[in-house]
Amino acid sequence: MKEVKCDCGHVNPFGTKICEKCGMLLGNDKENKLIDMRYEGSARRSQTYQKTFIDKIWNFFSSVKVGVTLIVLALVASAIGTILPQEMYIPSTATPAEHYELEYGWVGKLYYELGFHNLYSSWWYLIIIGMLGISLLIASIDRFFPLYRSLKNQGVTRQDGFMKRQRIYGVTKLEDQDINLEEVKSRLKRQRYHIREENGHLLAEKGRFSRWGPYVNHIGLIIFLIGALLRSVPGMYIDKVLWLREGERKEIPGTNGEYYLQNNEFTLDVYDKGNEEDEQYSAAIDKTGTIVKTYQSDVTLYQRKGETIPGEKVDLEKLKDFKIKVNEPLKQDHYALYQVDYKLDELSTMAFNLMNKKTEEKFGSLKVDLNDPQKKYDLGKGYSVDLISYFPDFEFDEKGEPRTISKIPNNPAFIFKMHTPDKPEGEVSFVAIKKNVEPLGENTYKMAFNGVETQDVTALTVRKDLTLWILFSGGIIFMVGVVQGSYWNHRRIWIKRKDDEILIAGHTNKNWHGIKRDIKQALESTSLCEPTDQLEEEKSSTKGEALNG
Amino acid sequence: MNKKKRRLISRTIILLLLGAALVFALYTNFTKDKNESLRKGSDAPNFVLTDMEGKAHKLSDYKGKGVFLNFWGTYCKPCEYEMPYMQNQYKNFKDQGVEILAVNVGESNYAVNNFITKHDLTFPVMIDKGREVENAYRVDILPVTFLVDKEGKVIDIITGALTEESIQKHMERIKP
Repeated sequence: MKEVKCDCGHVNPFGTKICEKCGMLLGNDKENKLIDMRYEGSARRSQTYQKTFIDKIWNFFSSVKVGVTLIVLALVASAIGTILPQEMYIPSTATPAEHYELEYGWVGKLYYELGFHNLYSSWWYLIIIGMLGISLLIASIDRFFPLYRSLKNQGVTRQDGFMKRQRIYGVTKLEDQDINLEEVKSRLKRQRYHIREENGHLLAEKGRFSRWGPYVNHIGLIIFLIGALLRSVPGMYIDKVLWLREGERKEIPGTNGEYYLQNNEFTLDVYDKGNEEDEQYSAAIDKTGTIVKTYQSDVTLYQRKGETIPGEKVDLEKLKDFKIKVNEPLKQDHYALYQVDYKLDELSTMAFNLMNKKTEEKFGSLKVDLNDPQKKYDLGKGYSVDLISYFPDFEFDEKGEPRTISKIPNNPAFIFKMHTPDKPEGEVSFVAIKKNVEPLGENTYKMAFNGVETQDVTALTVRKDLTLWILFSGGIIFMVGVVQGSYWNHRRIWIKRKDDEILIAGHTNKNWHGIKRDIKQALESTSLCEPTDQLEEEKSSTKGEALNG
Repeated sequence: MNKKKRRLISRTIILLLLGAALVFALYTNFTKDKNESLRKGSDAPNFVLTDMEGKAHKLSDYKGKGVFLNFWGTYCKPCEYEMPYMQNQYKNFKDQGVEILAVNVGESNYAVNNFITKHDLTFPVMIDKGREVENAYRVDILPVTFLVDKEGKVIDIITGALTEESIQKHMERIKP
């Protein structure tokens, strides 16, 4: 594998197709009318060294075909993942294996069995994305450096063969008159071309930095991917939910006991037709019924003072009061607390009167704190009530036994034993909402319902995302690359002065119309012939042939 | 030749770095669920809770003993299922240096006391009123049992109801 020494004396890397300096064709495509200017004919390294195992892996990732295949695979896979809801979005009570089949039939079953219910964190999806990242990086390295080198080494004087094979090319025969290129030069300068001169030959170039656009873009993408990757690193990303009753104070999960939050009040405001301010909404209110105006949690944030271990009494320092509303989170350090859910009127206490069923005479009242009930309620004068059993979230199990399905007082039920002077042994009564059962025979007394107290519960999302700025900068760099590559063009115009003719050739990576206009303006009212677009000529001539044939 | 060697080395390094990043991505992703709970082999987070008899239990005071740390709720059926077995095995292993700490997930004293009476539990039962211990152990599903060895390391985490046999096996594992 030897480097290629061109006739002009410049040494090119092995595999170079066009001499970096003079544009001499080094490859075999001398037959072609136009040359392929991609990557300046530089030696993409992957194409040239195929010796070792490492090189083979490298070449695999460097291939555009492989890159495109990976993109298509990722695209198709991502699309499939949106057909049915992912596992995290199905009801948490459902068993995924059953849920998919129940909801979506055999399609759902297949979907589940192929693992599509957890597609975005499946190993094969991650491998596709990871390989795409690797492909991006290696393909960029493999192209950027040779291209950079090539453009840096390019000479002003180009071989005739190189110029002749450019898409834009023209020859002006000089018949004794000498042409002063100064005027052309200054016009090109005015069009913000950089001019280099060598022995009377010219190279006018502008917008070379547009060639770096794709690579900048790829760097942005890779940064974005790194950001996404870091999400699963502990401490970078937290997403938890905190339920807080009114008056309750709890540790904020995910903060390692650093912060505590107290819910002072939760308010749900609706638009009110009677209110003058909301009058404009009256039509909408008529149409849909209630419309919520604000969900708001009035909270107090506390910070732990000193080191404590969980369960120990903590010293808390009040940091601030805050009103959390939708889109107005409470922010502290890197944490943000968002209003995400609520529950209105959760039962907190239930009051009863001990009453004689016949006479309806009351013998005192008691109030059960549903989150902290007592074993015995003494009503005085020989009247007392024992709480034998309490089911905050009551239902009957398969055997018909009462049980609770959670600790939240959604549907409280009680078994009371009422002790009275005339029934010292006590009478048992089972009390639930709108239910009063006497399981052990007819009672004289009953627990008469005497009102409830309720409280609202708020649910807040605890969010911390240290990867956000990485994603942002990745995205911005991505866009910079796109703009750089699409809104600027790399245009070059070569003017070669020979004894009896002047050659003009032009090349741009996009927008051929633009460079043609530039050349036209530069040559206007000189005796130089405007070069033509050989590709268009070719097209029209083949068309002509076809017509003639 | 020298150049070729350099190229091979640089390519190898780049590929290794990228491969490592990919492996890391897969690894963190598949341990993500486990990150949500504690990792096996890590130090058991210390805590202090008071049992129903008013005695404070600090985990670090049990260094040198195995601790069968169980999180449970009265409303959770599998928790209730394993309680009598825990009670039986507790009697056997108590003198062999294995302690049970049964942490209730913030229910009322009433509910917990009733439960203790119902099942005649003699091991320390405590209520995590502030849910702080639960947070520290990242408890998600009940019941969950953390096996803490005599060095204070979590050697295993078991979710779901346990049979008497498996309780016995697990206690053997943490016996000092």
